[in-house]
Amino acid sequence: MRKALEGSQAIARAVALCRPDVVAAYPITPQTHIVENLSKLVAEGDLHTEFVSVESEFSAASVVLGAAAAGARAYTATASQGVLLMSEVLFNIAGLRVPLVMTVANRAVGAPLSIWNDQSDSMAVRDSGWIQIHAADNQEAVDATIQAFRIAETCEIPVMVCMDGFILTHTMEVIDMPDTDMIDGWLPPYEFSRNLDPAAPTSIGTLVTPDFFAEMRHSHHAAMMRALEVIEQTDADYADLTGRASGGLLTVEGDPDAKVGILAMGSTVGTLRTGMEHFSDEVGAARLIKLRTFRPFPSDALRDAVKGLDHLIVVDRAISPGLGGVVGTEVAAVLADVEGAPRIHNHALGLGGRDIPETIYRDLMQTVANPDAPAFSVFDVDLNKLQPEDR
Amino acid sequence: MKEFRIHGRGGQGSVAAAYLLAAAAFEAGFTCQAFPAFGAERRGAPVTAFVRIDKAPIHLRSQVHSPDFLIVQDATLLHDPALTAGLKDGGGMLVNSTRASEDVAKEFGCKAICLPATELAMEEIGRPIPNTALLAGFLTLTDLLPQEALAAALKDRFKGDVLQKNLSLIARAADAVPHGIWKEAEDA
Repeated sequence: MRKALEGSQAIARAVALCRPDVVAAYPITPQTHIVENLSKLVAEGDLHTEFVSVESEFSAASVVLGAAAAGARAYTATASQGVLLMSEVLFNIAGLRVPLVMTVANRAVGAPLSIWNDQSDSMAVRDSGWIQIHAADNQEAVDATIQAFRIAETCEIPVMVCMDGFILTHTMEVIDMPDTDMIDGWLPPYEFSRNLDPAAPTSIGTLVTPDFFAEMRHSHHAAMMRALEVIEQTDADYADLTGRASGGLLTVEGDPDAKVGILAMGSTVGTLRTGMEHFSDEVGAARLIKLRTFRPFPSDALRDAVKGLDHLIVVDRAISPGLGGVVGTEVAAVLADVEGAPRIHNHALGLGGRDIPETIYRDLMQTVANPDAPAFSVFDVDLNKLQPEDR
Repeated sequence: MKEFRIHGRGGQGSVAAAYLLAAAAFEAGFTCQAFPAFGAERRGAPVTAFVRIDKAPIHLRSQVHSPDFLIVQDATLLHDPALTAGLKDGGGMLVNSTRASEDVAKEFGCKAICLPATELAMEEIGRPIPNTALLAGFLTLTDLLPQEALAAALKDRFKGDVLQKNLSLIARAADAVPHGIWKEAEDA
């Protein structure tokens, strides 16, 4: 049913549709409303789950790990410093191949302390072995949350659904919420193949010697690569159910004959779409590539998506200091062996909540025409705010 | 697309006002978007919230830089020089104030209507929360949405005594400002 809902409220309802057995989370801005809404659903009797109030994100992640390993469908959500406090457990969850779903309400990581949005937090656990799906709007966030349980449980890999903090979590917009019957028929009950069971004792998380460690890593990587197909198939199946796809790994829109492409993840995509409508007369139309699945990285789909482009602007919402943009660097690596690959222009923008206006489309497109523009920049920097030696 | 900015202070329900306006727009068949300017909210601190309403899907996610109208929940914010920044030509502001509308219009050089929303709210709901009264007045001025859409949004959010008192409040506030005088700008 279509309804005007705040993003966080919609996520809580989407989680409830998936009937989690255990929810454990610690509130942190801008994830707080998700947890509050889940707690409210429990209190009002609309969600029957074991809601575990914990004293930290480390505990939240540990509780859901244990729960899922014992055969319970489990969910958590966090952001920013919370992701980092969880990080040890996040690597364990993935390495143990325990299926879980977590929402990351993307927020900058301190210092300097910031409660505002960028994607530094999920980037910091890029290599934890979780699947990462980025939502461009709240409808996609809802749909990805529901899909995430099926993907996680099919692949036995945890899934992180990333949504831009505040920009999506605190925005009310029209969302089509699937109804209970639809999801009950689509998402089978959780059954874990390696369920902890006192009747058939097994150990998990034991020491792995050098004789087997490389094999474990190889198998995790191989499972992630196989997940590419599962993610695409799940989105397609969900589209059969709801009439709505989010674009599996990535989607291409805009001018198919354009020579300049712009690739972005998350809510920036919508602003770029509006910017292109308003500024294409001035700076030309682009091919817009919305990267939905960041891990596993959809290398083949990306190579197809950039065919015919001379330039590709890659928007990063985080930075790896001393290197540049994370997504931009990965895109460049994937395209390195492609003949006639576009030149990469990588810009980090909207850091720590800096507003991204629609003029960003025009400004980004204009960098392509400038042969002296650096291959990477932190965009929209006012150097006058810095001491001369820091510029 | 119509864009609005709501200025208030923490505790006055500015973000709730934005959500209510968006929800009312949805009830009336529009697409909508509402969100706060993301600060560390606390009582008394300035708060800004944004609303976009359109017939087509809304993709833009920046803050509202060129609003068609402003709703000002706290007259002390009139001293903020950035208050009217980017206000569109022909745009106006609805201010929660007992001042004469002409005075404010003259001071800011734009359309302005003052509505004593706090006083109305004190009389009807017994609390100084001006948001729903201002929304009702705003809908009367702009003819943007029917009052029933606002009532429907309120019914979705509140119940019991709070709902009844707010419904009485919006009925009064809707009649406290001239009808449709901002309609032309709204259609432009």
